[in-house]
Amino acid sequence: MSWTPKEPIVSVRDVHKRFGAVEVLKGVSFDVMKGEVICIIGPSGSGKSTLLRCINALVPIEQGSILVEGQEVHDPALDKLALRRKVGMVFQQYNLFPHKTALQNVMMAPLHVLKQDKAEVEARARRLIKKVRLEGKEDAYPGELSGGQQQRVAIARSLAMSPDVMLFDEVTAALDPETVKEVLVTIRELAAEGMTCLLVTHEMGFARELADHIYFTDRGVIVEHGPPAEFFANAKDPRTRQFLSQIL
Amino acid sequence: MIRQSRTDLPVLGPLPPVLSYGGLSSAARREGLQLRPIHGAVLFLGLVLACGVAEAQTEPGQPGIVATILKWTPLLASGFALNIAISFIAMAIGTAAGFLLGIGQISLVKPLRKSAWFVTQFFRNSPWLVLLFYCMLLLPFEIVVGRTVIPLPDWIKATIGLALPVMANVSELVRGAIQSIPYGQWESAESLAFTRRQTLWMIILPQCIRRMTPPWMNLYAILTVATPLASIVGVNEAMTLTQDALAAEGRNELLVPMYFYLLAWFFIYCYPIARATQALERRTAVK
Repeated sequence: MSWTPKEPIVSVRDVHKRFGAVEVLKGVSFDVMKGEVICIIGPSGSGKSTLLRCINALVPIEQGSILVEGQEVHDPALDKLALRRKVGMVFQQYNLFPHKTALQNVMMAPLHVLKQDKAEVEARARRLIKKVRLEGKEDAYPGELSGGQQQRVAIARSLAMSPDVMLFDEVTAALDPETVKEVLVTIRELAAEGMTCLLVTHEMGFARELADHIYFTDRGVIVEHGPPAEFFANAKDPRTRQFLSQIL
Repeated sequence: MIRQSRTDLPVLGPLPPVLSYGGLSSAARREGLQLRPIHGAVLFLGLVLACGVAEAQTEPGQPGIVATILKWTPLLASGFALNIAISFIAMAIGTAAGFLLGIGQISLVKPLRKSAWFVTQFFRNSPWLVLLFYCMLLLPFEIVVGRTVIPLPDWIKATIGLALPVMANVSELVRGAIQSIPYGQWESAESLAFTRRQTLWMIILPQCIRRMTPPWMNLYAILTVATPLASIVGVNEAMTLTQDALAAEGRNELLVPMYFYLLAWFFIYCYPIARATQALERRTAVK
């Protein structure tokens, strides 16, 4: 592979996506460098979640190109296993496997997809559960955990595949205000360790504090972007200003 | 097929029973559908009453109704054992075949999906008795494989005939259960690089088992009470033997108590199954 860490780890170029008659993405382009934290904000229905799913090849695109570590995501010959090892994703609804314990949730993919050694996988899974501050909850089923705890298990589950990029799709949107914090702490730690993170979020304070770059999307296009200080202080586009005035 | 319901929204639970009209509250609904001990008591009261009425009609010098019924009980029991055997085997065959058919119904290969759907609908919507006759008439009385001859007695043919509608119903159970699993489960499994087959076997189907068990047990109870259909095609099960016993006795007043007695056998067998199904349903119900 020709990709070097000096090039963008994720490169999105002129991506178009439509669901039936609705064009959700109308030519989106941006780059993410290794270790960067990118926040994508914008009103509902502006295509944020779809954009993340395109990067992970969960949703096919009609036009444009998405490169992850130099590899075209929407190449029909793509090794999806290789892509998904590199790109982890955490969902708004956690989507833990309810019939498996927290530990089993974390262990499943490395064990059955990567076919790694069980003892090693278990040791790593226990470390990850500790890392997301859920020590002692290894044998709890998702139904026995709070939303925030489930979401942290979901983060650990993604990390178990040792991804290079993490996608967070409104991961705090379904949580109680008190539990939002514990999930954000986990993400903050990940970012501090140098994990490349793409977050779709409504947590403006968090975006301001953590993001290296903020993208504001509306109706399928990136309306405005910039480093947080600049973005929040002097947004130029009227749509951005209207959105920020409603949220802040 | 599964991918139609793409949504990030949480699945909405049923509305709490606060409506003042437009339907029964969930508690009232549950009460109405439940099989309770009182139903058994009514049945046995009916049996006792029927015996009493018959006893009164008995001509002097003939043995009593209860004594006559008890005389035939060992024969009826042997027939009933065949009913149970038929129900077990038909359920086993139907479940195995229906499971495969149900998986076929969610296949990504269109011809496979369409044919699985067709087979399911065909057998699900055909009268059980018609299927039974088909099997009796179309299946050979023995199968020759090389030099070995496998005989196909009537009761085996009847069992296969009953297994067909069970298969179709299990197929629908499997398809419905798989499609009731939230789309997010498929999505997160895919994002973790599970293949479709792995997702189905390791993530989706294990969650389906719990949902499918109560209706599956219900189906078994329905199958069991349908096994007397085999009497029409001449299988010596409990119903046929009851008719034989009545013919041998030649006493009209025995008719009602004997059939009531047979009904009681089925009730005693199916009642625990129904109760267990209800208990399981309560445990797996959406809170």
